[in-house]
Amino acid sequence: MKAAVIVFPGSNCDRDALEALRRHGARKTVTVWHGDTSLPGQDLVVLPGGFSYGDYLRAGAIAARSPIMAAVREHARRGGLVAGICNGFQVLCEAGLLPGALMRNAHMRFVCKTSVLRVENARTAFTRGYAQGAEIAIPIAHHDGNYFADEQTLERLEGEGRVVFRYRDNPNGSARAIAGIVNAQGNVLGMMPHPERAVNALAGACDGVAFFESLAEACS
Amino acid sequence: MKAVVTIRPRPSVLDPQGQAVAGALRHLGFDEVESARQGKIIELVLQDADPDAARARLDRMCRELLANTVIEDYQITLEP
Repeated sequence: MKAAVIVFPGSNCDRDALEALRRHGARKTVTVWHGDTSLPGQDLVVLPGGFSYGDYLRAGAIAARSPIMAAVREHARRGGLVAGICNGFQVLCEAGLLPGALMRNAHMRFVCKTSVLRVENARTAFTRGYAQGAEIAIPIAHHDGNYFADEQTLERLEGEGRVVFRYRDNPNGSARAIAGIVNAQGNVLGMMPHPERAVNALAGACDGVAFFESLAEACS
Repeated sequence: MKAVVTIRPRPSVLDPQGQAVAGALRHLGFDEVESARQGKIIELVLQDADPDAARARLDRMCRELLANTVIEDYQITLEP
């Protein structure tokens, strides 16, 4: 698997993502600056967590309009894999690559803790290494993770198996406790929890390893 | 010319910030407050142009960046 991690001004999980990718299946990794307009040939593009542009206007809004996003859009259109984690999920929604929006947490507080997620769809390129219905512990750290979409969109997501991860104890008020979704083609995923922070027993958790190994397998 | 864009959470969308503001006002003794909705105002200074053309451009600015129409409504006011 060849993977590119996009770096926006204010990204802060880009190195964690690179490290997780290198340890768990990526043959080659590169970082790409948001101001660039082309991606080197790769299988996977990761939009990392952080606070791009200081969350100005809306979380992810300005990053979603940055020069590199045209290339990310084209990569996705051709069927290439895209994973948006935390701020990356916000960017994908703002860019229109995923439906819905991420709003301020319902209780107005920043949440930083380990969340338990249920793997609702283990048939995606991002989750094939998990058992269907598995409960996994993955850290969350966000202020704007409250997933919103209209009822029709939510019904479609549920009906098409596009809700990939669901919180066991909804920590932010998300509609239907949604933690992660994929697009209709199944090649673009957004999730608020941080699998790249759960790849090392010394750091407390390993349940994110299967996420990266799933991707490596999907690209092999 | 100047344009003022007012952006508000859509009525169907939960507005925890507005709820917190309403709660704080009631806490201060403003018992008449039934609810609050919090949005934002963006003031733009534009090169002078035909108002209809300017409004059409502003509408695009709102849809392409200033508002997220999944969760927000916007209103454009032109000031000469």
